[in-house]
Amino acid sequence: MNEALLRSLTPSVLAILVRRGADFAAAEDAVQDALVEAVRVWPADPPRDPKGWLITVAWNRFLDATRADAARRRREDLVDDEPAPGPARALDDTLQLYFLCAHPSLTPSSAVALTLRAVGGLTTRQIAQAYLVPEATMAQRISRAKRTVSGVRFDQPGDVATVLRVLYLVFNEGYSGDVDLAAEAIRLTRQLAAAIDHPEVAGLLALMLLHHARRATRTAPDGSLVPLAEQDRGRWDIKSIAEGVEILQAALARDRLGEFQAQAAIAALHADALTAEETDWVQIVEWYDELARLTDSPVVRLNRAVAVGEADGPRAGLAALAAVDDSLPRHAAVAAYLHERDGDLATAARLYAEAAQKAPNLAERDHLTRQAARLNARRRR
Amino acid sequence: MAKYLLLKHYRGAPASVNDVPMDQWTPEEISAHVQYMHDFAARLEETGEFVDSQALAPEGTFVRYDGEGRPPVTDGPFAETKDVIAGWMVIDVDSYERAIELAGELSAAPGAGGKPIHEWLEVRTLLAEPPTITDCLFK
Repeated sequence: MNEALLRSLTPSVLAILVRRGADFAAAEDAVQDALVEAVRVWPADPPRDPKGWLITVAWNRFLDATRADAARRRREDLVDDEPAPGPARALDDTLQLYFLCAHPSLTPSSAVALTLRAVGGLTTRQIAQAYLVPEATMAQRISRAKRTVSGVRFDQPGDVATVLRVLYLVFNEGYSGDVDLAAEAIRLTRQLAAAIDHPEVAGLLALMLLHHARRATRTAPDGSLVPLAEQDRGRWDIKSIAEGVEILQAALARDRLGEFQAQAAIAALHADALTAEETDWVQIVEWYDELARLTDSPVVRLNRAVAVGEADGPRAGLAALAAVDDSLPRHAAVAAYLHERDGDLATAARLYAEAAQKAPNLAERDHLTRQAARLNARRRR
Repeated sequence: MAKYLLLKHYRGAPASVNDVPMDQWTPEEISAHVQYMHDFAARLEETGEFVDSQALAPEGTFVRYDGEGRPPVTDGPFAETKDVIAGWMVIDVDSYERAIELAGELSAAPGAGGKPIHEWLEVRTLLAEPPTITDCLFK
């Protein structure tokens, strides 16, 4: 059975139940039940109309649950009101679901969990495993999130920016377990891009595809990080890069620049260089200037300092870094890199060791410690 | 989204405000304390923030490798060890501020006289997986 097909039907089936009058929380539970049933039944008895099958089973589950409730009267009203099955308004409905699951009243972790379940069709167990929390905790997080958005009107227009942030978080965080969250984020962003014509949605999709293309080369077989300059570019996924670049170019041509398009443009310039030495750092600095104009983020200024160091030399990079708040994560790592390029190995080694102490994850800490050790060994010779 | 460890010490943390050894409390005060800890964990499960909670026996054994073909050497427990961990709770929260807030609540667990212990808890960040894109703009 094609699990991808099954999961791709999730949002439209859920939306149809909500359109028929089911409240969001109950409808979402019913769709999950139907998905579980499909996994059980379909291999032996594949339906001719998978979507119709899911709608029928989910609707019946919803009615059963409602029947068990005290809201018997409401159910009868619903049955009477049940509309004739017509052409599904899948695209609009899917978009509404994205808005609901990324509603600003939700915390980022709740929005991520709800999006993965209600739009992505993942089970609570899969989501719990991806974020390394007990299943009971994840179940509570999701049901609280559903309660939080239960009063939101389903046809209310939402903010695309909040949806994009949630998808970005799905792509960027979480653990590689049973579910490939990066691939899932790409699938959900692709589905969103099909539902709404928006240059920043395209920008995010391009950004994901361009980073995903390098995934196999980002870590060595022992799990250690491989910096961009040392990655085996021959193993980058050319198809994914080509698709990302094409989507990005079409988005940029519309002249409505946003932060995701700008980030994707930087990723595209890296992807474009056959060797690290051929990287067009001057253009990358220009894109960081655009990004700084769009977001005024200190993280952008930090990364810009690296690009300036490559384009105009380490002294220029250090001068750019001097204007950046030194309490930022990775500030010491950037300073260490620029000092090494400038030939000040003692300072670089000290800063790499300091950066390792502050590293937010184990792979980065090990990488930075190794850099400090490499410089210390060289200085002893 | 990040995980934090709330660490409780038998020894090694600064003295609590309500610093009376547990065996000097009344049985009711002990029950109230235990109930508070249960309720706290249950509440975190309810908010979708609970990951794990464990308590440790105070005495540990030190072990080290002693060379090829030899059994490991053991030593201790050492009465003089400065830092002794009593237990921990792991939480998964949206911000550091939330972790601090929850540690503050946990520290308010009742002790002698039914009054909050004001115990010092140590908050430590669990190292995460490396992100795909390091220039994340939303942190």
